[in-house]
Amino acid sequence: MGKNKILCIYAVIVFAFLMIPLFIITVTAFGSGSAITFPIESFSLKWFLNVFTTKSFRESFLTSLLVALLATMISMLVGIPAAYALAKSKMKGKQLIKSIFLSPTIVPGIVIGFVLYQFLVLSLKIPMYLGLLAGHFLVTLPYIIRVVGSSLEQFDFSIEEAAWSLGCKKTTAFFKVVLPNITSGISAAFMLAFINSFNNIPVSMFLSGPGVSTFPATLMNYIEYNYNPTVSAISVLLMLCTMIMMVIVDKTLGIASLAK
Amino acid sequence: MSPFLFGVVNMKKNSAFLIVVPGLIIVFICLGLPLFKVLLPTIFQGNYPASSYVEFFQDAYYLKIFFRTVKMALITTAVCMVAGVPTAYFISRCKKKWKGLLLAISIFPLMTNSIIRSFAWINILGTNGIINRLLTSLGIINEPAKLLYTEFSIIIGSVYLFLPLMIVTVTGVMENIENDLMEAAQSLGANRISAFMKVVFPLSLPGIIVGSILVFTGTLTAYTTPQLLGGNRNLVLSTLIYQKALTVGDWNSASVIALIMIIITVIVIRVFNGLAARLDKRGENHG
Repeated sequence: MGKNKILCIYAVIVFAFLMIPLFIITVTAFGSGSAITFPIESFSLKWFLNVFTTKSFRESFLTSLLVALLATMISMLVGIPAAYALAKSKMKGKQLIKSIFLSPTIVPGIVIGFVLYQFLVLSLKIPMYLGLLAGHFLVTLPYIIRVVGSSLEQFDFSIEEAAWSLGCKKTTAFFKVVLPNITSGISAAFMLAFINSFNNIPVSMFLSGPGVSTFPATLMNYIEYNYNPTVSAISVLLMLCTMIMMVIVDKTLGIASLAK
Repeated sequence: MSPFLFGVVNMKKNSAFLIVVPGLIIVFICLGLPLFKVLLPTIFQGNYPASSYVEFFQDAYYLKIFFRTVKMALITTAVCMVAGVPTAYFISRCKKKWKGLLLAISIFPLMTNSIIRSFAWINILGTNGIINRLLTSLGIINEPAKLLYTEFSIIIGSVYLFLPLMIVTVTGVMENIENDLMEAAQSLGANRISAFMKVVFPLSLPGIIVGSILVFTGTLTAYTTPQLLGGNRNLVLSTLIYQKALTVGDWNSASVIALIMIIITVIVIRVFNGLAARLDKRGENHG
């Protein structure tokens, strides 16, 4: 039993290391002083008010939601059929095609942002927000391909063939037989893609400018010039969103679906 | 790339190809083309091919940043392995109820913005941060120690960023190892530690390798943490790109660094995957 105890203490220390900084940041959000202190001297909610009344936070939050949603949607339109085709066919070069779809994971985010800014925005004069959307499309696509792909690997394609042999058209069979059977995979892929797009910083750093700025990019700029509990308050709000989302995922798909 | 694919489509009118082609074209336009257009010219400029790259590796300033980046990625990966593997083992052996909770605690940071996770450490390590105030109030130090904006703070921030990834990845593999194997080894006379080292560890190596790839390449290319915790004195490759391009306006150097980053990432993934494949083969021979 003794050695199990050592392992247990080891794990407790690791989890303490993971949780304590987030706990500290949560406490500091409720301090009333304009400097970040821990423990706090008196309780106040004014920093939360500050978050909601700051225009750049409100606007960039909506921008981020919109970009993450659009990018994930486009990735799903492109990625789900592609994952399906890759799962079904035994064609040559299947591995090559899959690795092309997953290639955005090999290119560092800051490099993606850099080349998109230089090529799409500076050379081709494409509007910044389209460049940003392209960048976030690249962030989200690998999640769709990977998670939907692995969910299609579990799918028994003989059901689809049964539908075909009963006279169902191929497209109808895809929508009525294949898709309903992989909804949990699609939902998990959507969640992961959306969260990672929303949280992404390196891709957005180059693709932000006047009028177009994602929430994390705005936050980065804010931290550079301000050091007050507003950022702590934002952290608390974002962590609250994350928690709510995780509870929903746990109740519907199981928490392990986010561990992909 | 795309003419080649069109050729293939024409050769065999395969419906699977037709479904895949629009996606490939979009990825090519959004990623392949910008990469080629921006990064390829850097190879052919200068007096001889790849001269920009030779110059990069001859420049003491760049070299220092390059080795700092690699060094910090190595340290971070090692720390994440040492801290993450036993923890993952602990989670995988827990009762189901606890397992779910501990997995949730590990996943939660991964879903939390990395700005928040770095910002937390500014509060802890800063001049007026928690550690410094604790140490001065206890009289251990008289003046605040410089903890923030050092290589140390980047490493701590990176470990904090990537440790959950290591834990979650390795737990996923360890969960599939039967408890009976451990018990069998122990009943055959192995003690707990040697049973772990000889049974569980080799079986979970593929997961540990995947986790290490994610942590190493992640740290190597991370932007947020070195930017927030490193300051201007401790640049790494990703913050150097940003500084070169947007602060100094030296787009050419930024492109050179960008290609170097891609190449290192690809090499690291190749080497580690090759290692994993060799280990897998060894496992098959044993089986």
